[in-house]
Amino acid sequence: MSTPSSSPAATPAGGRWQRLRDSYLWYSFKRDRGAQLCLATLLALVGMALLAPWLAPTDPYDLAQIDILASELPPFWIDGSDPAYTLGTDAQGRDLWSIILYGTRVSLLIGFGAVLLQALLGVVFGLLAGYLGGRVDALLMRLADIQLSFSTLMVAIVVGAVVKATLGGGFYSDYAILMLILIIGLAEWPQYARTVRASVLAEKRKEYVDAAKVMGLKSRRIMFRHVLPNTLSPIFVISTVQIANAIISEAALSFLGLGMPETHPSLGSLIKAGFDYLQSGAWWITLIPGAFLVVLVLSINLLGDWLRDVMNPRLYKG
Amino acid sequence: MALLEVRDLDVRFALRQGEVRALRNINFTLDRGERLGLVGESGAGKSVAAFSLLNLIAKPGYIAGGSIRFDGQELIGLGERRLRRIRGNRVSMIFQDPMMTLNPVLTIGEQMVECLKAHRRIASREARAIALHKLQQVQIPSPETRLDQYPHELSGGMRQRVIIAIALLLDPDIIIADEPTTALDVTIQAEIMTLLLELCEKHNVGLILITHDLGVVSQVTQRMLVMYAGRVIEAGPTREIINDPQHPYTQGLMNALPQMATPGSHLNQIRGSMPPLSQLPSGCAFHPRCDFVTRADGSERPACSRQVPDFVASGNCRVACHMVAEMLAQEAATEEDRP
Repeated sequence: MSTPSSSPAATPAGGRWQRLRDSYLWYSFKRDRGAQLCLATLLALVGMALLAPWLAPTDPYDLAQIDILASELPPFWIDGSDPAYTLGTDAQGRDLWSIILYGTRVSLLIGFGAVLLQALLGVVFGLLAGYLGGRVDALLMRLADIQLSFSTLMVAIVVGAVVKATLGGGFYSDYAILMLILIIGLAEWPQYARTVRASVLAEKRKEYVDAAKVMGLKSRRIMFRHVLPNTLSPIFVISTVQIANAIISEAALSFLGLGMPETHPSLGSLIKAGFDYLQSGAWWITLIPGAFLVVLVLSINLLGDWLRDVMNPRLYKG
Repeated sequence: MALLEVRDLDVRFALRQGEVRALRNINFTLDRGERLGLVGESGAGKSVAAFSLLNLIAKPGYIAGGSIRFDGQELIGLGERRLRRIRGNRVSMIFQDPMMTLNPVLTIGEQMVECLKAHRRIASREARAIALHKLQQVQIPSPETRLDQYPHELSGGMRQRVIIAIALLLDPDIIIADEPTTALDVTIQAEIMTLLLELCEKHNVGLILITHDLGVVSQVTQRMLVMYAGRVIEAGPTREIINDPQHPYTQGLMNALPQMATPGSHLNQIRGSMPPLSQLPSGCAFHPRCDFVTRADGSERPACSRQVPDFVASGNCRVACHMVAEMLAQEAATEEDRP
């Protein structure tokens, strides 16, 4: 029947930090080596990306610092390397380490940006569809179905073509980051909308929603302040997966030449740039950024898996 | 004039298999500070009646007719905005399960402040002070700490106290309590009921108590309605109905109380179960379960299965039963014969 209440003395009088330390999330994190390792790797990569201008020995965007004669130098453990370029150089003579730092930055920026856009669209649409139901629901969910029937690639090609045709190729490469965020964000919002709608449908049957209506609160307020916070944990979980997906999508688009230009490369366009030299023996230009991409996506995905297990109440409450 | 006046309330649910009439011809009034009990089995329409008072019936239900006048204002057909001004503010509601009615992700204080701010232009600090004051009124231990706690940190009894505090937050005229103690421990039930009664008396708040617990109804309310299959079948002062139930169904409910059975024997029960609203029998909805369909001399009373009984006055009560009507008519006839 009634759960025993914790004694008033034992309950913290506030402090979100204290509450986090008491939570199951923290408890599980402390006991999971894999999750700790993933978070550490992810934080290291994010830190590297954020601090790129200070960590990188050269500025890869500065053409004056590039020495074309130093192109295709191997990384330090192979004969013929130059100690100035730890991980070697690419075909244009740019320091691979510096350009990977900047590339990770671009990849992460696009990943997070696109997911933010997806989440914004998906949460609002999913919430409206689930809570209001009826025609709004039918309309928004058919819209989502239509959106899902176009692949990210198709959206990218169409948007890219339209923008290049109307505003010029220069405009596209100048605003490539924004364009990619927009494309990946628009292509994937239905994932969020469907998840949010499903949990809103479950939440809105609960009595606290009736109670809020009886209190005389407005629908908008009930939706965003009462129902939305209760659907946060699935949103949180798919966000991790979606960030990894967005980074991969961006890499794939860049690899196909639809993404970041080579003068402003992401991890994906670095892999593409190096691909042409794979046969000529300069494998590192492709493989080293590739390894970074794999580690980045893997750690996000594993972290997401762990989060999904922890936040699924059915798995630990029995 | 009564504070709340419900006339011929008719609520229907448009289902795929056809329209189901959940409430028919519900009539009652509630004066300021009066306490009214709504009694009946599960599915009799008690909760639907409560929700329809606030015009909050979920689809596919709708109010098909009748009138609900609150403080002289007709609520049926009133715009959503004006209804919101009444909900929570002048009429508030307490639900059955205190585990479910509080939002799990907001603190008690946040939920109370939000309710206040929805109806009054008020600073957060002031709202918090009012919330604290209400928590003190419902006698929660250490109310200051409760404001910053989440619902899962409180016990069931304490949560129901919080919910009562929220119901009282804006000094409403009426509180609708839908089985407020059913989900609580037996030991807590009496405490919560006493608290609710005290607070209603102290603040002169009208109470509509929905329950299937006749004991609670007899202690708390002044008048009661007995509902069966979407209709009121008996209405009147609580004491009269409890002491001398007229309708066979009400008699059955009273007999079914455990204390009415002789120790060691089986408990009394009403045979059969309430028919689903979509398949109501003809005539009186109770007649298939009623022992009085045949008269004392063994003859059938055909009206029972043919005609829906009208209300007849018996003492201060109104009863919808052919048997009672017949008996009253006989009594009147013998009295006329006497002089």
